[in-house]
Amino acid sequence: MACIEARGLKKAYGKSIALDGVDLKVEEGRILGLIGPNGAGKSTALNAMLGLIEYEGELKVLGRNPWTERDRLMADVCFIADVAVLPRWMRVADAVDYVAGVHPRFDRAKAEGFLAKTTIKRTSRVRELSKGMVAQLHLALIMAIDARLLVLDEPTLGLDIVYRKSFYDSLLNDYFDRNRTIVISTHQVEEIQYILTDVAFIDHGRIVLDTSMEAFEARYAELMVGPDNRAAALALNPIHERQVFGRSIFLFDQADRAKLATLGEVRTPSIADLFVAMLGGAQPQGVAA
Amino acid sequence: MSALTDNPMQPRPTPSDTRPLFWSVRRELWENRAVFVAPLAVAGVILFGGLVGVFVGPHSKATVQTTTTVVQNGTAVTHTAQLATAMTPGQRAALAAIPYDFVALAFIVTLFIVAVFFSLGALHNERRDRSVLFWKSLPVSDLTTVLSKAIIPLVVLPPVAFVVTIATQLIMLLMNTASLAAHGKGVANLLAQAPLVSMPLLVAYALATLTLWWAPVYAWLMFISGWAKRAPFLWAVLPPLFLALAEKIALGTQNVWSLIVYRVMGGFQQAFVVPTQATMKAGTAFPNGLPQLDPGKFVATPGLWMGLAFAVAAFAACVWLRRRSDPI
Repeated sequence: MACIEARGLKKAYGKSIALDGVDLKVEEGRILGLIGPNGAGKSTALNAMLGLIEYEGELKVLGRNPWTERDRLMADVCFIADVAVLPRWMRVADAVDYVAGVHPRFDRAKAEGFLAKTTIKRTSRVRELSKGMVAQLHLALIMAIDARLLVLDEPTLGLDIVYRKSFYDSLLNDYFDRNRTIVISTHQVEEIQYILTDVAFIDHGRIVLDTSMEAFEARYAELMVGPDNRAAALALNPIHERQVFGRSIFLFDQADRAKLATLGEVRTPSIADLFVAMLGGAQPQGVAA
Repeated sequence: MSALTDNPMQPRPTPSDTRPLFWSVRRELWENRAVFVAPLAVAGVILFGGLVGVFVGPHSKATVQTTTTVVQNGTAVTHTAQLATAMTPGQRAALAAIPYDFVALAFIVTLFIVAVFFSLGALHNERRDRSVLFWKSLPVSDLTTVLSKAIIPLVVLPPVAFVVTIATQLIMLLMNTASLAAHGKGVANLLAQAPLVSMPLLVAYALATLTLWWAPVYAWLMFISGWAKRAPFLWAVLPPLFLALAEKIALGTQNVWSLIVYRVMGGFQQAFVVPTQATMKAGTAFPNGLPQLDPGKFVATPGLWMGLAFAVAAFAACVWLRRRSDPI
């Protein structure tokens, strides 16, 4: 059974269309990065999966309808909307008690274990913690839940690089196993590329790319050439060109890597580069995006 | 990466027992400490005033009691200390019970104010501070959440007010007794007049009936707190007042205004025997110094049942709103 299955998912806010027929299938045990520009519909898509908003079209998460069965779904799904949603008046110890009291799959000892690795005091209120500590607390609560799906919507927004790195490290080392599925939406694409198994681009409410990372690496290639080989590279129909220090960096879709290698240095592009190439808008070089 | 080799078919641990409603109510009490703090603060003020009274001495205390003015047949009659001896036992008990009645009333007003502000924030605060996204990430239904919020003014606050009221009254009685004894006066009379049984009964009855009477007020406020994007207090209060004003201007009648006043103040007159001139004159208006309970009349009041029906509908609307609520 697919963990998430969406077909023709639509959502409009008044006249503005947030989701314009999203088709997406996420199998269990994958880590999907949902990438898109501001206002592309990322959060709307995630909110629909979490039962926070009504939608049109078909959507099943772990076999359930999220809108009509949110409370039951949440026994198997966790989400971190962004770092600032823990109630500021709550004490750390009360937060642990509360989640233990309402969540059937919460492991208190595990949460205490995660918290013991931090400097967070049990008697502190959330408002007294730094932003990074609030993120640690939220992650400790979430990681102690034996959920089948974890949804992260900009989980590291506003955190410094040290916290961001340890956030994803503990997610991968202490939480992820093949039974679990993780969906992450973030702007800091380059920081999560190494943990993803799948990536999807969303733009204007539609999925414009949906691929596994293996297929991504096989399909896309980045070529760096000097001015001499630029014309030859352009002849191979790159999808994007940018220039760095007088050299051209081309992005190719399904090109022959051996052929590219004769012109210059070939690498696997970063998700961020492909994202800019596909969704970066009009290109000054006039190369089709 | 040993975790990656785990058997995907391994059984998941059995879920542990949860009590979502119980913990949701506790969560409300963590957030809204005014539920306990406000009655205790009022008790502190009252007892401090009482303590000052004791130290200032029985003389000033006597003046307080002897200048009680009662309106009889349109004429103000001031009971003096000399008159007190000529009073019937009922009148004397009524006089002795006045400070205790006043304390009970102060706590009832406190209860109403705390409940009003709790209800106005119930579905608003969590949207404003975005924590609704945290609460909704947990397996607690919107029905459970709204129930836990309704429970605070309807089930938690009245017993809290009851305990604090009775405790305050007992401490006042002890202070008065100690003060009289210290001045070498007999305390038997005071204790004999103290409504030790009837007062708790009266307070419990008043809290229970008024809570039922005010339930639609709380429900309306909670509905507005879930609906309004900002200033829930103004949204809750101004439209009914404008409606009353519009009616007055357009039709010259004040049905809406009467309805508002009846809902806020009418609970007393429906739950208790309203003193008449005849009963006041005969000194039977307040037997044992207390208003007479009239549960029969209260239960037979259509306004009670219409109000409760309205409350149920408004709380149901709150569940509907909570399901759709997002940060504001």
